[in-house]
Amino acid sequence: MAEALKIENLYKSFKTGFIPKRKEILKGISLSVEEGEIFGYLGPNGAGKTTTLKCILGLIFPDEGKIEIFGLPYLSLKAKEKIGFLPENPYFYEYLTATEFLSFFGDVFLIKKKEKEEKIRELLHLVGLESWANMALRKFSRGMLQRIGLAQALFNDPSLVLLDEPLGGLDPLGRKEIRDVIVRLKREGKTVLLSSHILQDIEMICDRVAILVDGRIINQGSLHDLISEKILFTEMTISGVDAKDLEGLGEHFSYHGEKILLKVFEEEQIEKILVIVQKKKGRIHSIIPRTETLEDLFVGVVKQDED
Amino acid sequence: MKIKAIAFNTFKEAIRDRILYLLLFFAATTIIFSRVLALITVGDRVKIIKDVGLASLSLFGAIMAIVMGTGLVYKEIDKKTIYSILSKPIHRYQFLLGKYLGLTLTLFIMLALMSLIFLALVFLHTYKIEWNLLLAIFLIFLELSLITSIAILFSCFSTPILSSIFSLSFYLIGHISWGLETLIQKIRPGFSKVLVQIVYILLPNLENFNIKTEVVHYLPIPSQLIFFSTLYGIFYTLFVLTIAVLIFRKRNFI
Repeated sequence: MAEALKIENLYKSFKTGFIPKRKEILKGISLSVEEGEIFGYLGPNGAGKTTTLKCILGLIFPDEGKIEIFGLPYLSLKAKEKIGFLPENPYFYEYLTATEFLSFFGDVFLIKKKEKEEKIRELLHLVGLESWANMALRKFSRGMLQRIGLAQALFNDPSLVLLDEPLGGLDPLGRKEIRDVIVRLKREGKTVLLSSHILQDIEMICDRVAILVDGRIINQGSLHDLISEKILFTEMTISGVDAKDLEGLGEHFSYHGEKILLKVFEEEQIEKILVIVQKKKGRIHSIIPRTETLEDLFVGVVKQDED
Repeated sequence: MKIKAIAFNTFKEAIRDRILYLLLFFAATTIIFSRVLALITVGDRVKIIKDVGLASLSLFGAIMAIVMGTGLVYKEIDKKTIYSILSKPIHRYQFLLGKYLGLTLTLFIMLALMSLIFLALVFLHTYKIEWNLLLAIFLIFLELSLITSIAILFSCFSTPILSSIFSLSFYLIGHISWGLETLIQKIRPGFSKVLVQIVYILLPNLENFNIKTEVVHYLPIPSQLIFFSTLYGIFYTLFVLTIAVLIFRKRNFI
C-alpha cells in the first residue's frame, strides 16, 4: 500500500527563556502512515505530538528532516489540498455563525457558490449541527466547537485527515459520535492520523499506533503486534464462600457486600476455586479474563523510558 | 481568489468590532464641533471647519488603522485561528495581503462615512462642492493605507501594545521628519550632513500627504505634487508589506 505520510528523521528545537537556551522537542522522528488506515499517535503531555503535526502542516519549520504527503513535498499547495486538519482545543472566528464559518473555508478552497452551499449542508448534517447553523460560534460549547472543527477539516474532501486530540473535552456520547465519523472516514478510503491520550478510544479504532515519549518514538506498529493477546489474569466475582477457604488461590481480595472479588493468575487455581464454590453451594457472578491493553503497553513503555 | 476570501473575512471581523464605532462617534463629534469653533472665530469660518475637519479625518483614521492593524494578525496567532487557515492550501503572503486589504477596505468605508459628514457640513456653509477637498481626502486615504501596512508589519512579530507604540511613533515621526530638511540646509558639508540626509531619506515623510493648507487657503495644488505623493505612498506601502511578508514567511506559529 502507498504511504499517505512519510516522516524521516525529524528534528525540532525552540529557543526559550530570557537568555535563549535551545530546547529539543523532536529528536529524530521517523514514521510512515499507510493509505487508508487509522493511525494513532500517542504520547504523554509535552512529548511533541502537536509539534509533529505543526511541522507536517508547515506552521513551524523543522530544523532537520524530511516530510512527504502522498509522495509530494509537504509545503506544496498540492500536498495541502489533500490535507484536513482539526487543531487541539479549536479556536475559531467567534463572530461568525457556523454557516458563515464553513462558507469562508469554501471561499479559501475556491469552491463555487452552489456547490459550497450543498457541501455546508452535508457537513453540518455529518457532525450533527444542522440546528445550530445560524448561531454565532461564540455561543458554541466545547463539544460543538470540536464538531464544527471537524466539519472545516473535511471541507476539501481530504485524503489525509490530521486530528489533534479530537476526543478531548467531549462527553461519552460526543466521543462516540466523533469516533463513528472517524471510522466512517476510513470506510470512505481516507487516511486518518489522530493524536490522543484517551487510549481506550485509540484502541477501539486505530489500526496502527506510534508511541512518542520525550520527542522520540519508542514503539510503533500494528495494535495486534504491540499488544499480546495472552491472558494476563482472570477476574472472578463469587459469593457464598468464606474468604478463608480461598487462601492461596488468588490475589487482591476485595469485598462488596457478600461478594468477593479475586484476581487469579493460573488456570489451575480457577478450577480449584470452582470446586470450592460448588462444594459450599456458593455462586459465581463473573469470570473475566484480562488481556494486555494499550494502556498497559503505554504505561510500561513510558515507565521504561523514564527509568 | 483566496486573498479576497481572507480580505472579506477580515472586513467582517473589523466592522463587528465596537471600538471602531466608538472612534467613528468621536470623529463625527469632532467634525461637528468644528462648527462651534467656527462660531467663536474671527475671520473665515469655513476655513476653520475645513482645517479641523481634515485634521480629524487624518487623526481618527490613523488611530483606527493602528488600533485595528496592530491587533488583527496578533489576534489570529494568539487565538490560534491561524492554525486552521494556514493548514489550508494557501500561501502565507496571501493570508497577510488578505488581512491588509480587508483592513484597508474597512478604513476606506470608515473614511467615506467621516468624509460624508465633513463634506455635508462644508456644503451647508458654501453651497458648492469643492473637488480639492476630495483630493485632500484621497491623500489622507493613501496615508492611512501606509500606516496600516506599518501596523501589520509590527503585529507580525510584536504584541499589540508594543506595535501600537511603534506605529504611533511612525505616525508622529512621519509628520515632523520634514524639519530635518531645514537641518540639512544649516549643517556644514561633511559626515554629519550625510548622516542626517540618510536618516531623512529612510524616515517616512507623511507630510507628503498633507495638502490641508493649500486646500483651506485656496492655494494652487500642482499636479506633480499629487502624482509624487501617490507614487510615494504606493511604493512605501509596498516596501513595508514586502518586509512584513518576509518576516511572516519565516515565523514559527508555536
